[in-house]
Amino acid sequence: MSAPIAGSSGTQVPVLKLGTVLLVTLQGDLYDEAAEQLQRNIGEAIAASSVTGVVIDISGVEIVDSFLGRVFAEVAAHAKLLAAQTVVAGMRPAVAITLVELGLTLPGLRTALNAEEAMRLLSPASTPLHHSPARQESP
Amino acid sequence: MTDTSGRVTACLPIRSDMDLAWVRQHVRQAAAQLGFGLVDQTKLVTAASELARNTLVHGGGGQVESTVLETGAARGLRLAFSDQGPGIPDIERALGDGYTSGGGLGLGLGGARRLVHEFSIDSRPGEGTAVTVICWTAGAPRPREESR
Amino acid sequence: MADHQTAVHQESSAQEVGDFLRRRREQIAQRWADEALFRTVFTVSRDEAVEAGRAVVEALAAVAVAGRVEDLGAAGFATVRDQLGRMAASRARTGATSARIADEVAALRPAASELLSADLADSPRELAEECAVTLTALLGTLRLVVLETALSAGQELIDRQRLQLLEVATPVIKLWTGVVAVPLIGTLDSARSQVVMESLLDAVVSQQARFAILDITGVPTVDSLVAQHLMKTVAAARLMGAECIVSGIRPAIAQTIVHLGIDLGTVVTRASLADALAYALHRQGIAVVDQDRSGPSAR
Repeated sequence: MSAPIAGSSGTQVPVLKLGTVLLVTLQGDLYDEAAEQLQRNIGEAIAASSVTGVVIDISGVEIVDSFLGRVFAEVAAHAKLLAAQTVVAGMRPAVAITLVELGLTLPGLRTALNAEEAMRLLSPASTPLHHSPARQESP
Repeated sequence: MTDTSGRVTACLPIRSDMDLAWVRQHVRQAAAQLGFGLVDQTKLVTAASELARNTLVHGGGGQVESTVLETGAARGLRLAFSDQGPGIPDIERALGDGYTSGGGLGLGLGGARRLVHEFSIDSRPGEGTAVTVICWTAGAPRPREESR
Repeated sequence: MADHQTAVHQESSAQEVGDFLRRRREQIAQRWADEALFRTVFTVSRDEAVEAGRAVVEALAAVAVAGRVEDLGAAGFATVRDQLGRMAASRARTGATSARIADEVAALRPAASELLSADLADSPRELAEECAVTLTALLGTLRLVVLETALSAGQELIDRQRLQLLEVATPVIKLWTGVVAVPLIGTLDSARSQVVMESLLDAVVSQQARFAILDITGVPTVDSLVAQHLMKTVAAARLMGAECIVSGIRPAIAQTIVHLGIDLGTVVTRASLADALAYALHRQGIAVVDQDRSGPSAR
């Protein structure tokens, strides 16, 4: 349905800085190279300024395979080293079911229903869920 | 594998990561046309993406042939990936989770196998690898349902 | 030569039987109206039974004249197939077995064959015998047509109901803002587990629900396959940013789960649906206050 939007060179995924949070919105099909480029860009953006959180909005993504899954996991690991939290937001049901079947449960990643909730989760003023860390446990 | 009849709808090259995107798009369209539900479409496209990447990264490039199958009431899509790469020395081990010889989480082959209904692999060291998968639309026999 | 003769005989006897059926349509229909098959189906008026009988006789005559006495697919049957199916279904509803219905169709033969032998009393003995055999064959075919129609109607019903069951048996309910639940009732198989998983996750998106409750109070047994599906649903919900709670695990099922060696350690479980809802509300910072205790009683 959605045509690949990222050319092998050129088109980049926008990385928006909102306060101390980076908002990355993925759309459609992402070339491997573009995904790796994005990973580098996020790393640089975190290092360059005081970022406390990264939100990756994937509500417009129809496919997450193990390659893209690895990119998410590495972004989160990298961010953690620089004291920033990563939240993947808006994963579609079909994508979630497929990832579970694939064996990719991304235990280290925090998740949210949508970008808005992810931002709220990361903002220091947010009222955290009671006994909140339950969602972060990794098997 | 089930019968070998059916019409070949496309033969796509796998030479670059742009080709991977085309393979995903082609499989998505073919699956939608056959009447696969959204979840099954997503599973099939994801499996195709994993296998096409294997062909590219480990096989040094190759091709995928897609075939529409019709047996009685059941309709399915068969994807045959092939390369002339170095081959896989230990297939059993390669199908297990966590095995990897390139980047990735090592879920490629074993993961793809869990996403489809039928899966077969043929690999000879030095000659190449061929992986064939079939997905049937709902209501068709699901031989892989019990295992795992 | 002999074969050819027999064929000619059969053809002429089929023609003869066809003519006979048309000629005696009224009498046969009248007699059939008193037989169990017609009498028990058309209870309101005898005229209706006679009318139905006429249609069946007419159809049999058409099949005989066409010379397709033993052909289940003969065009003549097409006109009465619907009616026969309804009659068989009606008998089946009142508890008659397939064998019983078959017997009742067979019971139509004597009435017709008596009339036939009376009609052919003056004909050559050989022709009379031929015609009797042909009529028997024709009614045998009718019996098969009735059974076939009844069975295929039954299969259609089963298929349709199975589909309905899959859809109806998994209602996703909104319990509170941001809380959805599926109360599961009955045996879970692989196909149903799949439907449950998909409809619950779809509801998580449409309701933007942070909590999804799978209530298995009404599930009699859990095997390892079902337990795996539950775990997959929990994992998929987590990936979407929702928390999945499994409630209503009865002691017997808890024991099975332990026996199977399934680790539900990472899954939030609660004894009842009410407990699960309380948990979800608490996690959202919502408190439920008992007015009777906190203020003056209304009563």
